[in-house]
Amino acid sequence: MFMTKTVLKNLLTKYATRLYPFQTRETFKDVKGELKIEIDKCVFCGVCKMRCPSQCIGVDKKGRSWEVDPFACVYCGICVDACPVKCLYQEGMYKAPVAEKHMVFHAQEEKADAPT
Amino acid sequence: MTRTVLPFGPQHPVLPEPLHLTLTIEDEIVKEAIPKLGYVHRGLEKLAEIRDHTQMIQIVERVCGICSTLHAMCYCQGIEALMNVEVPSRAKYLRVVWAEMHRIHSHLLWLGLFADAFGFESLFMQFWRIRERIMDLQEATSGNRVIVSVNVVGGVKRDINKETEKWILETLDKVAREVNQLKTTILDDFTVKQRTVGIGILSKEKAYELGAAGPTLRASGIAQDMRQTGYAAYPELDFSPVIETNGDSYARTVCRFNEIFQAIDLIRQAFAKMPEGELAVKPKGLPKGEVVSRVEQPRGEVLYYLKADGTKFLDRLRIRTPTFANIPPLLDMLPGCDLADVPILILTIDPCISCTER
Amino acid sequence: MKDSALVITEENTAEIPLDEVITQSRILKDEGFRFITMSSADLGESVCVLYHMDKDLQVRNLRVTVPKGKKIASIASVYSCAFLVENEIKEHFGVDFDGLPLDFQGMLYNDEEVQKTPFCKIGIKRV
Repeated sequence: MFMTKTVLKNLLTKYATRLYPFQTRETFKDVKGELKIEIDKCVFCGVCKMRCPSQCIGVDKKGRSWEVDPFACVYCGICVDACPVKCLYQEGMYKAPVAEKHMVFHAQEEKADAPT
Repeated sequence: MTRTVLPFGPQHPVLPEPLHLTLTIEDEIVKEAIPKLGYVHRGLEKLAEIRDHTQMIQIVERVCGICSTLHAMCYCQGIEALMNVEVPSRAKYLRVVWAEMHRIHSHLLWLGLFADAFGFESLFMQFWRIRERIMDLQEATSGNRVIVSVNVVGGVKRDINKETEKWILETLDKVAREVNQLKTTILDDFTVKQRTVGIGILSKEKAYELGAAGPTLRASGIAQDMRQTGYAAYPELDFSPVIETNGDSYARTVCRFNEIFQAIDLIRQAFAKMPEGELAVKPKGLPKGEVVSRVEQPRGEVLYYLKADGTKFLDRLRIRTPTFANIPPLLDMLPGCDLADVPILILTIDPCISCTER
Repeated sequence: MKDSALVITEENTAEIPLDEVITQSRILKDEGFRFITMSSADLGESVCVLYHMDKDLQVRNLRVTVPKGKKIASIASVYSCAFLVENEIKEHFGVDFDGLPLDFQGMLYNDEEVQKTPFCKIGIKRV
């Protein structure tokens, strides 16, 4: 009785949901997505590593490398704010799920050999 | 009459989170209930010893997803009191906006679960569809869908521009209209009334004595709302606590419904009065001393006890969440009710076990 | 305006001896105070236990310093809802409460295997 109006409206309008993998929503501007780095700009100061609440970032000053465990990252964006040279940025959506478990450990991005 | 001991939970269709109750029943009537916690105990308070006080903001946000920004707000408020930081006026208003958005989406989530507990699955979908609008607002304004990580010591991280403000207000109008349509569906329904009116009565005196918090307390007729203490921009906004007097399950539902409309009104007021200005001040020094900080979460009052000794790390962080306070009243409500009403009664306190156990 | 973030000072916190816990909380209850919760912090040789009560949104605290290994009376006879938080403190800090109506034996959150009080810097072994 009370729902009649809502039910009729639901029948006449299109779906509230999306057919997800085929149809995705455009992400909003400034969404805190996957953490990425412009390695050329990085000075390996280690501020991001120190500030990270989940301690998922590793910085090797000698080897000039930076790594992140994307599965430990909590998408808080603290490192992005803290970075003195603004070489970190978050882009797109969250990292997509991975099927195999061992991939979690192999997925650490290691980027080294930045020209000095 | 023989007594039967019945374990209830931690896995149960109506429970979104693991709470275990050992129920002693006598012919379908509950005689005694004993809780058992600890299924999602993570020891987050202990983390304060190895994470510095700015990192702890991100950690306390993860105590509970539903009221994340309010946890961070309460924590920041405590640290600000210790460091004598005056938050800029615009940041205070923005905090109100996010806090009230959280209240709306938390109450809509609860109403959905509540409808589901009765078996009204389509109603559950309706509520959650409305809730999705609020989630979109949160994602667009803060960058995260659930854990709105906007609070920092001394202010907020993000701003809301005029264009977004207009969109938020339009969406809120839609939400208000849609919730209003569903209000009659759930509140005037015969089945819902049969199962909630007069069930699980918590008297005014009992609610006060047992330290109930939030809608559970206000549905018993006590007008106590932490927002009255005047944190953030609440002293400049016009509102009075939503109260109901019957103290039964139905009153608690009505109370949450009305709080959704109140929250929408508060966001409108906040946008109307919001001044221009900076978003955050940079705090100087390190926190020292002890502080008790309280804010009103969707589920009730949260208390943070912070003890800092002037180093980077906090000496002690203690979180008392609303569900923790609402467990003794729940244990008081359960004896004497039907076994079939137990799930509904547990739901009416809006349990959040991961909050409770931290 | 009331304080939502109340810095603990001598004005709002009364330091009380170990054996006066029940009488002092009874006095506050008769004045119409509501029990919010208890907090505790490790002080090394002892544990500081704070009782938070409020009336008309104004918080009042009681502070008790309990030497490790000493017993303290439970206030569950005054405020019945205190049993849950007392169990929590017993489990995390090893403070023994006398007269707990419902004693979880230190197993409210943790399992039996946990033999230490996890929130103390210097832990007490469970008996």
